[in-house]
Amino acid sequence: MNSPAIQLQGVVKRYKFFTLDNISLTVPEGEVMGVIGPNGAGKSTTIRILMGLVHQDRGEVRVLGRSMPADQVAAKRDIGFNSEDMRLYGPMTIDWHLRFARSIFPGWDEDYATLLLKRFGLQREQKVKGLSHGQRVKAALLTVLARRPKLMLLDEPTTGLDPVARHEILRELTSAMAEEGRTILFSSHNTKDVEQISDRITFIDRGRIIDSMDKEKYLDRWRRLRLEIPSGVLVPAVRGVVGIKQQGRLAVATSSAFDDELPGAYERAGVRVQRVETMTLEEIFVANVERSREEVDA
Amino acid sequence: MDSSFLISQSDKRPMYLQIMEQVKQKIAVGDWREGQAIPSIRQLAVDLQVSVITVKRAYLELEREGVIVTHHGRGSTVAAGVDVGATLREAELDQHLDQAARLGTIMGLEADELESRLRNAVDRVTEKEAV
Repeated sequence: MNSPAIQLQGVVKRYKFFTLDNISLTVPEGEVMGVIGPNGAGKSTTIRILMGLVHQDRGEVRVLGRSMPADQVAAKRDIGFNSEDMRLYGPMTIDWHLRFARSIFPGWDEDYATLLLKRFGLQREQKVKGLSHGQRVKAALLTVLARRPKLMLLDEPTTGLDPVARHEILRELTSAMAEEGRTILFSSHNTKDVEQISDRITFIDRGRIIDSMDKEKYLDRWRRLRLEIPSGVLVPAVRGVVGIKQQGRLAVATSSAFDDELPGAYERAGVRVQRVETMTLEEIFVANVERSREEVDA
Repeated sequence: MDSSFLISQSDKRPMYLQIMEQVKQKIAVGDWREGQAIPSIRQLAVDLQVSVITVKRAYLELEREGVIVTHHGRGSTVAAGVDVGATLREAELDQHLDQAARLGTIMGLEADELESRLRNAVDRVTEKEAV
């Protein structure tokens, strides 16, 4: 097995009103990691630390086997980075930007750049200042994709895009994964995007990692149980259930550690389990953030 | 690129289950035959624009059910002698029966009441077909 593409160990970064608190995270080579979390959770700070743009106060950061920020110059040759505040230069054309990128990066794939221009509906002669938001995002991502970097660090690559543009971006990201040995870490508010293309998921809230694991296992652990409670029966506390909402005879229980034994625990107490439902990442996201905040505030 | 595969967003089931079902359908209708090589995990992931791990899970479960065979390092093939059509119908029947049982429980029906209603349903359907 190859060494991980990304490894963070005990990383701390303190700001006046925010602390990235003891972040440890591993992304194996060849996988897509989706990072989700509310606004201000620490997603961008984490990505900036990986890129060497922000220096951690404490902890070890290794990206593509190199120590960050010390070896950042060497590491950046193989990293494609994009974020919302990476502005293209307004007065210049898309072609100017492509030629600029090509002059810097030896791995530049001009054929792929041309193909992407077509797929994204962009013209080389267009000036950046005349582009729509969606076109700018696509043009910026194009300069990253056409380098075919080993690792892509993308901060909110689909935010503010219409459904068609979003679909185009997701398609290119999954296509990039056809080549073995490439790795993507991206952040998003759009849980659907993360659910669709990630092999692993990391949840960040208030500067801490709540969960980081295999997506399939993760989705599999969460379930919603619809319960019917006969009169006189008390709903028992069941292990693995993180929340329960009851109104009259009906209740909804949410479990973060579901297994086949769990419904039996309710049935034995006289509670009828009407239905067991799977949850989308969005539903899990909200339940998880609520739960973690209750724990912290308690 | 196999464009007949599609992940539906309005389908509430997990994506790996949808992929499993579509693989079975391909076999059931005869598009994919016994012993035939099926797309690699990575290739199908790219075609469907979903993560590799999701397709991997679908293939693992299909292998567990004996629908496909995975040869280490050489991809997967359709297993010999599986009647996927029958398996699919079995699964569908079980799903409907579970649903009926659930409704029955909510309505407070006893098992023998449910049984007799199922018998009535069978009679209704056979009568209709006889006409």
